Amino acid sequence: MIEQILNEVSRWAIPFLFFLFLLVGWLRRIPVYEAFIQGAAEGFQIAVRIIPYLVAMFVAIKVFRASGAMDLFVQLFSPVLGVIGFPPDVLPLAVMRPLSGSSALGLAIELIQNHGPDSFIGRLASVMQGTTDTTFFVLTVYFGAVGIKRYRHAVHLGLLADLTGLFLSLFICHLMFS
Amino acid sequence: MLNLIWLFLILTGLIAAAFNGRIDLVTETCFSAANEGVQVCLDLIGLMTLWLGMLEIARQAGLVRLLSRLLQPLTRLLFPEVPPNHPALGAILMNISANILGLGNAATPFGLKAMEELQKLNPRPDTATDAMCTFLAANTSCITLVPATIVGARVAAGSANPTEIVGPTVIATGFSMLLVLFVDYCWRNFLRARCGRKGR
Repeated sequence: MIEQILNEVSRWAIPFLFFLFLLVGWLRRIPVYEAFIQGAAEGFQIAVRIIPYLVAMFVAIKVFRASGAMDLFVQLFSPVLGVIGFPPDVLPLAVMRPLSGSSALGLAIELIQNHGPDSFIGRLASVMQGTTDTTFFVLTVYFGAVGIKRYRHAVHLGLLADLTGLFLSLFICHLMFS
Repeated sequence: MLNLIWLFLILTGLIAAAFNGRIDLVTETCFSAANEGVQVCLDLIGLMTLWLGMLEIARQAGLVRLLSRLLQPLTRLLFPEVPPNHPALGAILMNISANILGLGNAATPFGLKAMEELQKLNPRPDTATDAMCTFLAANTSCITLVPATIVGARVAAGSANPTEIVGPTVIATGFSMLLVLFVDYCWRNFLRARCGRKGR
């Protein structure tokens, strides 16, 4: 029930926001069209400024994956993780998730399809995908857009968020689904 | 930190490729990945333009100010060095709201706008400010109410109960957001206390 409401909320959110913005703008007698153009003009520059950061990140991530380095990494760590009840099949997703959103989503969908959405692995992959974020992508793109070179504690906080999300997903899934 | 991670990814990748006999693949992957990076950015141009246009309407209509005023107690706690009516707060709040609703496409434009506004308050342009770190911590740990994409993937795979993962996701993200913001708050005050003592 609550979940259905939430899904409806996400379906209606963007059309509703557009409607709200335009309606209030019109009521307040804002020249809405001119205001839109004025704000939109910045869009291009901000987007283009992040190209070098995106390319640097994508190249590193894809090389890491395509070369088989990630598989090696997974083989190395899966025995350790087995001890805490972490299925080795999900490890590539955990490694990929902070780096690249599209790769991680691909891996999550693969796991859901191959193991079945209602298997433990399928559920864990689903929760992990929703819980953790593409921290490095966000950091490089957001800091890149304004030319920040020293990230200070932002990296540690982001990684803390991902690790917390990762272990909490595992813990909650064990509690609820197994 | 990011330097090390980047170096690690590429070097281990190159070494692994050499041992696995996948050297040709590396060259190919590099070029396609570079293209993909630009492609993502091109996709972003349209979104950025659309959302920044909409945001400007909302700003001129006073909606952004209303939102920041409503959440002022919270923003004052998390972003003490950002002035109460600064446009950065509006963009931050819009970014977090979009993240909570799982609207990733809308979140990035607001986030980039927020960074640009925060940068205007930055005395050292190459170094992240406390507010930027707090913002990114909130952004990456953000509570997710609607993990829409993954629910979609579960429906496609024929799940008997595709939305059963929403509860665990909300709990896990909610807890990690609180934890990360708490750690950030303590760390920020610790740094400030230490600097203060040095100053004296």
